[in-house]
Amino acid sequence: MTAPLDPDALIDALAPLLDLPVDPAHRPGVVQNLRAAQAAAARMAGFAQGDLAEPAPVFRPESLE
Amino acid sequence: MIRPGAAEIAAAVKARRQTARSVTEAALADIAARNPRLNAFTDVTAARALARADQIDALVAKGLDPGPLAGAPFAVKNLFDIAGLPTRAGSRINRAHPPAEGDAALICRMEKAGAVLLGGLNMGEYAYDFTGENAHDGASVNPHDPRRMSGGSSGGSGTAVGSGLVPLALGSDTNGSIRVPSSFCGIFGLKPTYGRLSRHGSFPFVASLDHLGPFARTVTDLALAYDAMQGPDPADPAQTPRRAEPALPGLNDGIAGLRIARLGGYFEQGAGAEARAALNHVAQALQVRAEVALPHAAEARAAAFLITMAEAGALHLDRLRSQAGAFDPDVRDRLIAGALLPAALVIEAQKVRRAFAAEAAALFAQADVLLAPATPCTAPMLGEKWLDLGAERVPLRPNIGVFTQPISAIGLPVVAVPVWLAGATLPIGVQVIAAPWREDVALRVARLLERMGAVAAPLPKETT
Repeated sequence: MTAPLDPDALIDALAPLLDLPVDPAHRPGVVQNLRAAQAAAARMAGFAQGDLAEPAPVFRPESLE
Repeated sequence: MIRPGAAEIAAAVKARRQTARSVTEAALADIAARNPRLNAFTDVTAARALARADQIDALVAKGLDPGPLAGAPFAVKNLFDIAGLPTRAGSRINRAHPPAEGDAALICRMEKAGAVLLGGLNMGEYAYDFTGENAHDGASVNPHDPRRMSGGSSGGSGTAVGSGLVPLALGSDTNGSIRVPSSFCGIFGLKPTYGRLSRHGSFPFVASLDHLGPFARTVTDLALAYDAMQGPDPADPAQTPRRAEPALPGLNDGIAGLRIARLGGYFEQGAGAEARAALNHVAQALQVRAEVALPHAAEARAAAFLITMAEAGALHLDRLRSQAGAFDPDVRDRLIAGALLPAALVIEAQKVRRAFAAEAAALFAQADVLLAPATPCTAPMLGEKWLDLGAERVPLRPNIGVFTQPISAIGLPVVAVPVWLAGATLPIGVQVIAAPWREDVALRVARLLERMGAVAAPLPKETT
């Protein structure tokens, strides 16, 4: 999860999957933000949670009863 | 011109010393005169306001009580639905949306308490902002220095209340967007517990982290607005079903029995000189000596950062596909990056968030109230891109929220209180943080500080 990420490779691989065209003029800003995300992910890695950790959002089933 | 608070206006209207119409007309005239310079309002709902004011006056004439906010003007960040207007949420794109059919739930609650809506307020595009700048509408300016930022993303709310255009405003806070403008504009702001107030009828940003709340120039007004807006709303699935727990009755109870501590570690390391001095000032006023730590605040902030990018990117994906050029460039690039984030990062971030909430819960076994800076600095100059923190130069936009983001990540209630240091020309805020669902405790502390004169929200000199 914290291995060095190549933002350009990520854009090239994922943007077509999402049908999200990335204008070449917008790419440097997107790259910069992906680098910031990578830094955040690296920071989180020091507080890694295990298999049994419950993610924060909890779904509450709704009933009409 | 006298610019009274909401409580004073309501008292005058109910006692028939003043009509709601005269209050509304004066406020509308003030907005017409000063808003071109302040750029707080993006929409002024004058006809609606006057009609509502007349209804309030009619109730008073019949001997009926129009509510605790009778005739008090308020305005809302333009991500709240206002019937008849497109909910622009600071964007150019949403302006093409059809007009909202009804009002946001919190507008209904405020009006039910007698308040009078004057319009919609400027904000950073789609709330992804800490500056109060807006590429389409221009910046809402700082009431104490028009060359400086109001803070964002509820920038117009900060400007409107700080300059005295309205005594009350509503905003949203996902990572700090109520507390940052409160700090820069020198006013009180309440970010309630996550899930406390209904978000129904507001344009979302990050479903996991979005909160709505009020701004005011006094703690009493803040509590009045907060109490008026509480209570379950079945239309908001994210709201925690919970009865209203009014804060006003115990507001003047003081702090006897409360254990108050300042947050050290992370919350001191990135603070500039003014932020440290403001925290010291509040801690001294409350005679606080205890210092505690939240060891994983940086990790919690990182988690909030990733959740924000990913959820906001997903929310706007369709618009990014078809109208990328119509976004504010700073916002667009963050959203595109967020849309591309791997799911594993976001799910891990949600686990980190819960673990950090448990860490904070353990801390609340030792302390009832935590104090921390609201922002690392006073309001920067408009257009500034960098922030000097000690010897380090960091990008301004994301780092304005360095102290607010870990706290909203786990939904704790916070009152931002405004500090004017001796000789200062700009205010700066301190966060008074309480355990979940204890907004009443944070408000009590803020009210005591206000009574002591340690915190205050004076109007800019030119307006008094």
